[in-house]
Amino acid sequence: MNNFKEKLMHGVFAAAACVSVLAVLLICLFLFGSGIPAIGKIGISEFLLGTKWKPGNDIYGIFPMILGSLCVTFGAIIIGVPVGILTAIFMADFCPERLRKILKPAVDLLAGIPSVVYGFFGLMVIVPLVRTIFGGSGTSMLSACIVLGIMILPTIINVSASALDAVPKSYYEGSLALGASHERSVFCAVVPAAKSGILAGVILGIGRAVGETMAVIMVAGNQPVVPNSIIKGVRTMTANIVLEMGYAADLHREALIATAVILFIFILIINLTFSVIKRRSEKE
Amino acid sequence: MNKTAKLQSVFLRTIVIFSAFLTVGALVCIVAYILFKGVPNLSLDLFAFEYNSENVSLFPALINTVTMTICTLLIAVPLGIFSAVYLTEYAKRGNKLVTVIGITAETLSGIPSIVYGLFGYLLFVTQLKWGYSLLAGTFTLSIMILPTIMRTTEEALKSVPDSYREGSFGLGAGKLRTIFRIVLPSAIPGILAGVILSIGRIVGETAALIFTAGSVAQIPNDLMGSGRTLAIHLYALWNEGLAAEQSYATAVVLLVIVILINAASSAIAKRIAK
Repeated sequence: MNNFKEKLMHGVFAAAACVSVLAVLLICLFLFGSGIPAIGKIGISEFLLGTKWKPGNDIYGIFPMILGSLCVTFGAIIIGVPVGILTAIFMADFCPERLRKILKPAVDLLAGIPSVVYGFFGLMVIVPLVRTIFGGSGTSMLSACIVLGIMILPTIINVSASALDAVPKSYYEGSLALGASHERSVFCAVVPAAKSGILAGVILGIGRAVGETMAVIMVAGNQPVVPNSIIKGVRTMTANIVLEMGYAADLHREALIATAVILFIFILIINLTFSVIKRRSEKE
Repeated sequence: MNKTAKLQSVFLRTIVIFSAFLTVGALVCIVAYILFKGVPNLSLDLFAFEYNSENVSLFPALINTVTMTICTLLIAVPLGIFSAVYLTEYAKRGNKLVTVIGITAETLSGIPSIVYGLFGYLLFVTQLKWGYSLLAGTFTLSIMILPTIMRTTEEALKSVPDSYREGSFGLGAGKLRTIFRIVLPSAIPGILAGVILSIGRIVGETAALIFTAGSVAQIPNDLMGSGRTLAIHLYALWNEGLAAEQSYATAVVLLVIVILINAASSAIAKRIAK
């Protein structure tokens, strides 16, 4: 009897563990199953490189959205990465223990704020600010970059700070003993040693920026055209899906799912890069 | 020390402190702005039992959020804990299945919420014909938070010393009894931390829910009805563009919930550290 129970529960545990495998398979099946035929119907080059998105005329080119996602992500990196890494360095090597106890929950709270709240804040504060300084409507690529730049901060800070903490103390001490100042030791001995870990954090941040939806929709303007200025509106792949899914039908609907397929492939590549770099940094 | 080296040190120190200041400044700005603008707009009307365009009540959304959180946890927590138990207590090291599970869990945690939303729409809403419903939203969110619960539980179980297990086996307890009576209870704080992290994600989620749970502003009669959570409520208010004051107030309620969740999680983290 007891033996049976043990065996049964072993099976239950194993089955539970397989749920995540099943989930990934189902996600791939449903997304690719509905998306790839649509790409076939539209034509892969027309779909990926077409610069016009006019569902009314059955023209589906997502090039503006791909470019939009890339530009917004790039801008977020320019804003978020330097601030994030330097903050991580401050937390790991410059900050007194007492201050760290305040800073850590602050960064965690930044990570916990929902994306709609970020979007709402961006809409009420950053959009008017951009409008006053640069003109235009304010809902623009620049606003999206700023909001996303703030949103990816906690990811970059947390991963980088733990990479910096993992660097052996002897690196720092060795550098000090050779006569370098505290700052020089940190920047020239500790930071290079934590290089891969920091890079992993940046890549995770890129993944978050590419996949972010709600905050971007609320501040980016969402015009489906090739972006030509940072103070003009831009539409990302994620925004494209949410904005039109509610009323889309037939090929239009499938084209939106195909957009998600492309987004999914982007994310898979980013994740793969992340795990390769993380493995490498763990080996070091 | 020569002059350039000294200058360099001062410069590095300045940019590092300035960056930390920027990070904290961004947080303070967001929290202060929303509290400052939102708190004066809080009123009893917002908590009226029924939503209508007059009162723009957030109460139904609040109840839906609670329902959704509880139902999602009921599915995802046992599943996540059982998976973690399998991975740490049963599976042999280097087992192929374990590697595959690890990779899929990592993949799941990187998938953007809008992709989950579309998947939930395709599977639960259309294929299984549940329609826009709390149930479809619940299942979508369960898959989404599964990797978080798995990972945190796994870490918690790994940190339980082997001597606990050996002691239990030595007293004649079976594997199952050891897991449920000895290993899991001592891992509770770690598991709880993961659960609270997940609650935060559920409460703040929008993109995965718009096309699964839908955005009806009422409390549905059962789980098969559509209902909006608080985060969707805020998004819907922006979309309609009519109720600015109520949007501020909704943002405050959402933010306060998130702050409370974070406070709870750092309290638990402190207990684990001890």
